[in-house]
Amino acid sequence: MKSKRLNNLGKIDRDKTLNFTWDNKKLSGFEGDSLASALLANNIGIVGRSFKYHRPRGIFSSGVEESGALVTIGSKDRRDPNVRATTQELFDGLKASGQNAFPNVNFDLGGINNYIGRFFAAGFYYKTFMGIPPFEWGKGTTIWMLFEKLIRKAAGMGSASRLPDPDSYEHAHDFCDVIVVGSGPSGVAAAIEAAEKKLDVILVEQDSLVGGNQLSENDFSTSKIFNQLKSLGIKVMTRTTAFGLYDNCVVGLLERVTDHLSIPDSTLPRQRFWTIRAKHIIVGSGALERHIAFNNNDIPGVMTANASKHYLNRYGVLTGEDIVIATNNDSVYETASELSEAGANVTVLDSRTNIEIDSNKNFEIRKGFVPYNINGTKKIDSLDISKSENINKVDTISCDQVLLSGGWSPAVHLLSHRGVKPKWDPQNACFIPSDTKENITMIGSSRGLWNKDDCIASGVAGATDALNRLGVSKTNYFFPKPGGWKNPIKPLYEVKYKKSRSKSFVDYQHDVTADDVRLAHREGFISVEHLKRYTTLGMANDQGKMGNIIGLSLMADLLNKEIPEVGTTVFRPPYTPVPIGALTGRNVGKHFRPLRVTPMHQWNIDHGAKMIEVGLYQRPWYYPKQNETLSDSYIREATVVRKTVGICDVTSLGKIAVQGPDATEFLNRIYSNAFAKLQVGKARYGIMLRDDGIVMDDGTSWRLSENEYFMTTSTAAAAKVMAWLEELLQTRWTNLKVNVTSVSEQWAGAAVAGPKSREVLNECVEDPSLITNENFPFMGVISTFLKGNIPCRIARISFSGELAFEVYIKSDFANTMMDLLWENAKKFNGCLYGLESLGALRVEKGHVTGAELDGRVTIDDAGLGKMASIKKSYIGSAMRKRGVLSADNRETLVGFFPTDLKETFNAGTIVCEKNNIKGQGIGRITSVTHSPELGHWIGIGFVEGGLDKWKDITLIGADPVRNKQMNLKVVSPHMVDPTGERMYA
Amino acid sequence: MIRINCPYCGERDHSEFSYGGDASIKYPSLEASAKEWTEAIFFRKNIRGFQLETWHHSNGCRMWLEVERSTLTHEIKSVRPCHPDLQKVVENNK
Repeated sequence: MKSKRLNNLGKIDRDKTLNFTWDNKKLSGFEGDSLASALLANNIGIVGRSFKYHRPRGIFSSGVEESGALVTIGSKDRRDPNVRATTQELFDGLKASGQNAFPNVNFDLGGINNYIGRFFAAGFYYKTFMGIPPFEWGKGTTIWMLFEKLIRKAAGMGSASRLPDPDSYEHAHDFCDVIVVGSGPSGVAAAIEAAEKKLDVILVEQDSLVGGNQLSENDFSTSKIFNQLKSLGIKVMTRTTAFGLYDNCVVGLLERVTDHLSIPDSTLPRQRFWTIRAKHIIVGSGALERHIAFNNNDIPGVMTANASKHYLNRYGVLTGEDIVIATNNDSVYETASELSEAGANVTVLDSRTNIEIDSNKNFEIRKGFVPYNINGTKKIDSLDISKSENINKVDTISCDQVLLSGGWSPAVHLLSHRGVKPKWDPQNACFIPSDTKENITMIGSSRGLWNKDDCIASGVAGATDALNRLGVSKTNYFFPKPGGWKNPIKPLYEVKYKKSRSKSFVDYQHDVTADDVRLAHREGFISVEHLKRYTTLGMANDQGKMGNIIGLSLMADLLNKEIPEVGTTVFRPPYTPVPIGALTGRNVGKHFRPLRVTPMHQWNIDHGAKMIEVGLYQRPWYYPKQNETLSDSYIREATVVRKTVGICDVTSLGKIAVQGPDATEFLNRIYSNAFAKLQVGKARYGIMLRDDGIVMDDGTSWRLSENEYFMTTSTAAAAKVMAWLEELLQTRWTNLKVNVTSVSEQWAGAAVAGPKSREVLNECVEDPSLITNENFPFMGVISTFLKGNIPCRIARISFSGELAFEVYIKSDFANTMMDLLWENAKKFNGCLYGLESLGALRVEKGHVTGAELDGRVTIDDAGLGKMASIKKSYIGSAMRKRGVLSADNRETLVGFFPTDLKETFNAGTIVCEKNNIKGQGIGRITSVTHSPELGHWIGIGFVEGGLDKWKDITLIGADPVRNKQMNLKVVSPHMVDPTGERMYA
Repeated sequence: MIRINCPYCGERDHSEFSYGGDASIKYPSLEASAKEWTEAIFFRKNIRGFQLETWHHSNGCRMWLEVERSTLTHEIKSVRPCHPDLQKVVENNK
């Protein structure tokens, strides 16, 4: 191929030279070039190597359907693989390189695959490496696992950067009446019509310029159209791809904001991911030209005919000197004429015989001829041609370029995203869109219209359809019929030459040949979906935009069916690839998920807390002193709490205000234990069940007054419990006069725990006489004032098993409360304690949390069955004893000691019987800790049959993940102060 | 994307809502037998076409809604508050 830049033609700016590199070679192009056109202008023919056979590949197209010129752009952290050179705009300093080749695309050692290619047919790798007989006869994938890495390495395309992405991406949203996809003649006509009728219109164009395929025309002015659209108030979005259609007229767009700039503006995102909510969608996404399968139809220099026209008229690049155009339709004749006018020597092979062509005869037309073989390896030397019938050599034409046009396929992809199957139009040999009830209208060539006037008419009709459906107007309209060529197309998908074993490509990028399709048929993979997966037809970057129909036609031929009977594969979003960065948007790093902090977050950090994420909350984990490790620290903290006093931030607990005359009745229904007789000024620990009798959550409810309760939930279930209460009140018990309000953010909470906790509180409140054992018994609640007259709520509740209180205060006063509590705790040699020691203290007491209440556990399993009321009905009461839930061998809560008290174990350990260590065992350890009180490791968890069954029997703790095993002793879960003397002290 | 017309907030993306469940279920009284509860909780129809379902406007007004949605096309025929009193308020304000 000898391609070159012309001195005339094109919409490029020849005064602005742009320098770029291709495989480290310094080249230049002009402003307005694509990378592909600049490469062609520099007569670069080979730009890639194919996936499997490593055959040299050139530029096949000039658009998104490109399956040859996939290159790597940029370097280091901005390296982007598999970029279509045809759609990448050239900029000064652009670095591009070929991929899938070693050492480079011109000389690639992997090319050896081409010569042993007959072994690499579809399914080769799996057939060869999976379950190799006799080693793995009929079973096993061990050998496959071994070879897979090597195979993937040999067959991969470009590789992505492993460095963090330096760019930012944005998510954006917009609304409109009508969104028009595509700015070709039809899309522009539709947008103008809709905008003139005062609709709010967005026009989306994937190219940098508006005009669609008119950009391939000599005398087209894109700026004129652009200005007209803008003057009508249409929002024109260029460099923006509508990659998917979704329910309710929602369209996904990818806007490439800075991909075309040498030095991206640091204030701009690289790309924007748009969600557009429209009332109507008009799709004028055009049509894609097909190639033809025949031997060696992939040699660099092969291109679709319209692509050559595009390079000529948009970029002023003539793609060859001696050009043969092979066609089965009328669309190539203007191209032929323009190419010969630009100085090429052109021959047209038309597979049809009875056709009338108006032509100025400056090129040769050979009617009834087809190409069947290209001679050459890295470039085209000549083309063997034959009569359309009986493929046999008639002539060999010396040439450097072969342009193909096997017909056009309307881009029905976006409609296909909505589950609308296209229908086959035999007259035009293509799939055309079917009608849909949704507010989506297809116009232009994506409707199968081949001439401009029809396209414009269809655009106006499409806009009228939208106006009618939106109730703006009621006007009759009609769409032109598909087609529009003077001479009918004659289907031509493959020219099959039986005397040669050369490869005839259907899908270029994945090296799927016509023989692969036939092999799939022989081996029974005849359904389209099987064919696709077996041969990987249509699964490359272009997703079958060029080759799918050819593959379908071959299979239809083999099955002796028509193409529509074989079916079509369903196109799914995205139309063209969407980078993961764009999908993620700003949700990276710290913003990957929301972060919740308590109002005393900074206070905790200032006082030495190491933080840990729980749910979404940052909570104090432990407060190390000097060089303390985590375990040094939590053991010290837990010891101090049991000995004197500790302060802990418990703000993350869910808090709900339950108010109204029926509040008591409501709580009595949702908690499994009795609430009807809870006195004002008292709190109660309660367990909520689900409808099916399994434990949902536990927490406390404090009766503040006759009709008002303050409910706490676990941190993890706070949102779930809130939604559940609302559901019950709004859908099931709609006559209850109760209001629930989440007050989690409004109240900050701290636990004051330990034998000295009462004394600490006495120092902190305005009226210490309220905080005595008599006035403030276990489970008592008071509303009072901290020093400085700050209103607070205190309940005498204990999670640690010690004398303990929970103090709540309005969030704004959180730091004041912490200062006050901590100042006074220090007087008693107290400490601040975190989640780790909180966990240690509660495990010692056998108190359950989310680790135990995992959605499989009943209240009886958790050892709390006696708390459930037998005098009332409540949510889950009917179901909690059903069938399996009351079986004798239920796994119930127990404590575990290692038999050898020096031994340690981990949560997740599987509990097994001796001599029967397998499967899921008979139980599991859910929480472990070193117990400072007992001086060794302890755990709680579940075992079938519970404590009574295993009391004096040694069990085995199996921890295969950590390769650990130990002997276990089953004990009561209440390992410290089982009678609760300390709590009531 | 499903868009739900919340009677209080207007049309919003489904990502603002949480799916509840089958809105046609009449939950038995708390005193009812395990058999009745089993029927209500576990035996559900797998409807092809329009079904009544509950959605919670969890990132909005927190209203529980009864939505008539097609399981085939996601088309939504009607949306109303689950609570009968709220339903009346919405009706009266139309």
